Amino acid sequence: MTPADPDARGVPDAPGDPVAGLAERLALLVGADRLVTDPVELAAYECDGLTHYRVVPALAVLARSRDDVRAVVAACASAGVPFVARGAGTGLSGGAVPHATGVLLVMAKMRAILELDIASQRAVLEPGVANLDVTRAVAPYGYYYAPDPSSQQVCSIGGNVAENSGGAHCLKYGFTTNHVTGLEVVTPDGEVVELGSKAADPPGYDLTGAFVGSEGTLGVVTKVTVRLVRAPQSVQTILAGFGDIDAAGAAVSAIIATGMVPAAIEMMDALAITAAEAAVGCNYPEGAGAVLIVELDGPAADVAHGLEEVERHCIESGAFEIRRAADDAERSRIWVGRKSAFAAVGRISPDYIVQDGVVPRTALEEVLRDIEVLATEKGIRVANVFHAGDGNLHPLVLFDAGVEGELARAEEVSARILDICLAHGGSITGEHGVGLDKVKAMSKMFGEDDLATMLLLRDAFDPGGLCNPGKLFPTPRLCGEAPGRRSGVHPLVESGVADLF
Amino acid sequence: MDLLDELTRVCPDASAREARPDDAVDGVTPEVVVLPRGTEEVAAVARLAASRGRTVVARGAGTKLDWAGTPSSAEVVIDLSRMDAVLEHASGDLVARVQAGARLAAIDRQLAEARQWLPVDEVVPGSTIGGVVATGICGPSRYLHGAVRDLVIGVTVVRADGVVARSGSKVVKNVAGYDLAKLFTGSYGTLGIVTEAIFRLRPSPEHRRYVTATCTDEAALAPVLADVLHAQQAATAIEVDRRSPAGPIALAVLVEGRAGPVEVRARAIAELLGASDDSEERPAGWGTLPGPVTLKVTAELTSVPALLGLVRRLAGEHRLLPVVRGSAGVGVLFVGLAADIAPRVLAAFLGDLRVRCQSLGGSAIVLRAPAATKGALDVWGPVPGLELMRRVKQQFDPERRLAPGRFVGGI
Repeated sequence: MTPADPDARGVPDAPGDPVAGLAERLALLVGADRLVTDPVELAAYECDGLTHYRVVPALAVLARSRDDVRAVVAACASAGVPFVARGAGTGLSGGAVPHATGVLLVMAKMRAILELDIASQRAVLEPGVANLDVTRAVAPYGYYYAPDPSSQQVCSIGGNVAENSGGAHCLKYGFTTNHVTGLEVVTPDGEVVELGSKAADPPGYDLTGAFVGSEGTLGVVTKVTVRLVRAPQSVQTILAGFGDIDAAGAAVSAIIATGMVPAAIEMMDALAITAAEAAVGCNYPEGAGAVLIVELDGPAADVAHGLEEVERHCIESGAFEIRRAADDAERSRIWVGRKSAFAAVGRISPDYIVQDGVVPRTALEEVLRDIEVLATEKGIRVANVFHAGDGNLHPLVLFDAGVEGELARAEEVSARILDICLAHGGSITGEHGVGLDKVKAMSKMFGEDDLATMLLLRDAFDPGGLCNPGKLFPTPRLCGEAPGRRSGVHPLVESGVADLF
Repeated sequence: MDLLDELTRVCPDASAREARPDDAVDGVTPEVVVLPRGTEEVAAVARLAASRGRTVVARGAGTKLDWAGTPSSAEVVIDLSRMDAVLEHASGDLVARVQAGARLAAIDRQLAEARQWLPVDEVVPGSTIGGVVATGICGPSRYLHGAVRDLVIGVTVVRADGVVARSGSKVVKNVAGYDLAKLFTGSYGTLGIVTEAIFRLRPSPEHRRYVTATCTDEAALAPVLADVLHAQQAATAIEVDRRSPAGPIALAVLVEGRAGPVEVRARAIAELLGASDDSEERPAGWGTLPGPVTLKVTAELTSVPALLGLVRRLAGEHRLLPVVRGSAGVGVLFVGLAADIAPRVLAAFLGDLRVRCQSLGGSAIVLRAPAATKGALDVWGPVPGLELMRRVKQQFDPERRLAPGRFVGGI
């Protein structure tokens, strides 16, 4: 065969088996050591954080450079083979579920921090860099990377870009899209495009902004330029215990009405608290029907002033206990209960579904009541954890797959929660994305014309329809194998390598 | 039936009329002007224009019609000034849904009743939301609150073919579907007509203080600016203003919040600036564009002093007297020049400026200049990703009827 040449078209692949020929070509282009062809090894990539969608890819490539990515995408384009990019595989919507007859581009090895430009408040990163590693790298200089999803110790920047990830602090600091100023992208035709830079306002269409949150359907990111934020002078965190959700909700409304913008406002209900207690012994106020975690950050004078106001409103709304974190250690302890909530429900239930929906903040109490009615009606428990400041709910729908019919009822509750969110003018996803999991729900949130208009953008980037097809948008029929539904523990958790947050 | 008759038949309430000389779009005379009352009427007009092969330009208060490239054609002007309502203000959620023809000043008056505001400065007096979104023009507050694109959480647009589409939602936290609002912001009306936009709001600040100092030149400015950027005082804005190319540079930092804390922060900033003034009154020219010929230049943050030095040097070389004003905290500055600048001189100045801006990581574009002058200029300069942008345009407006020629690469 001819020497490696990314533009070589070579002999057309044998009809009916485009991937076999592709594997040979890719071995020459990127090196056989970067290919994964053994079915047992490929199975490690069969799902992301949503373990019930599993598809083994035909082939996986461990990309080490932009040129690897370009070679793979160009080769896929010419062979008509679909491809999916995967970061750390922590996604919760099945966005990185591979194609049975396609290539999985594993980006996790591209994890270099290419440049730290502290004075210009920018970092240039390869997409495999873990979210928290950015903050770790710049913390010594007094900066941090603001978007902080709960999985930040593991999740990758590239994945954050795909999902427009948020986190507990997005009430004040926004999302990934507000912190990315530039991208290098391999477009689905195998070209490299530079969008944006360290500077603001690049001329032309805001393709960087359109790309963030596009769930890997418009191309593969190979470099990300992010904005760094100056660490606040002061951070104060309080934990307040209330008799019930309504009281806690009233406190939140009062706090917001004063004109404050806390850095974070998180709420957990009694069931979620019970689970967290069992899992990590967080010692939250005993007997609380709801707890509130409020974090303020900023200049010291503003934070001190704000803290008094927050405590006053909590007390006026009926908080029976308030704790102020005296130091970083105590602050971590307050947060550990909230951060462990998803995994913690595993202690009080054999199985669970993590849902992700958004409602206007002012509708939260009513929506939680609707969810409670629904849960009771179906005989399914729902624990609630949510970002009270922005209305992003994470209902944890608990069930036992071993009990006949419970899985189906739990799935029904989970789906109807999204209907409730939409009925209140909200969204079907605040953080986790649509992926594979919520494709059908897109038609509930958006009309045909809305979806068709979004598809115009996709057609501009990916007219061939090979870039993560079947995700995000409803298609007339699914390409490739229908994903199999299984239940059970994620392989990485089972092997003790990772914990599921 | 002629176009005007058809428009009147299709939208009887839209007051369609023949265009007058003062309806010209950057010197381009339209055929008709129509004033729809809602999104459906805008869609009907767009459909009709499409069926008659006419080009379309949207207009609000008309304050930015002469910005950027001159359109090659603007046959139907869709005037949105009757669509000026705040449709929804969910004060508990800090969200507002507004029609594109609503004026910023009127919106803020209404939001102020709940002690909230849309944190977009009214850089050009009389601006409507549609024009602000179409141009993406920001003022000093962008340093803390973000640019226009960071504040829009949903849009309703009418496509070139008259189809109405919505993206985003009324909740700030939403990742369902593509963020088309980002695509439309700053697109100068070339992808569709935004008829409604949903914004996230901020509480109105209770107190504000402008702390100002004067630096003799960019070398003196550099360390002070670096200190202010690094300070943890949560400034709302960090602005510079240089009225003559080699003259002193005024540095102004705005802090906002509760009275007591604002005092403390203003004092902390004053210490960093050395000799300084501190006032509740905004400095003269704050948040306005120098001009009447206006260039927009950007650079990485560390290069802002170098950018000022560059303008000073080029002003000397080309014998010009530019005024520079803008957000040193964001790296976006505006260069103002006299109206009678000769096109060749402007082209040379712009060319030199642009090359150096690129090496400082940024760009230089022409925001405003007389149409005749613009004809001799490369208004936008080189645009990375232009081919991809052309493909996007091709999808949204394949017949090239929305503000043709106004945007990058002649889009």
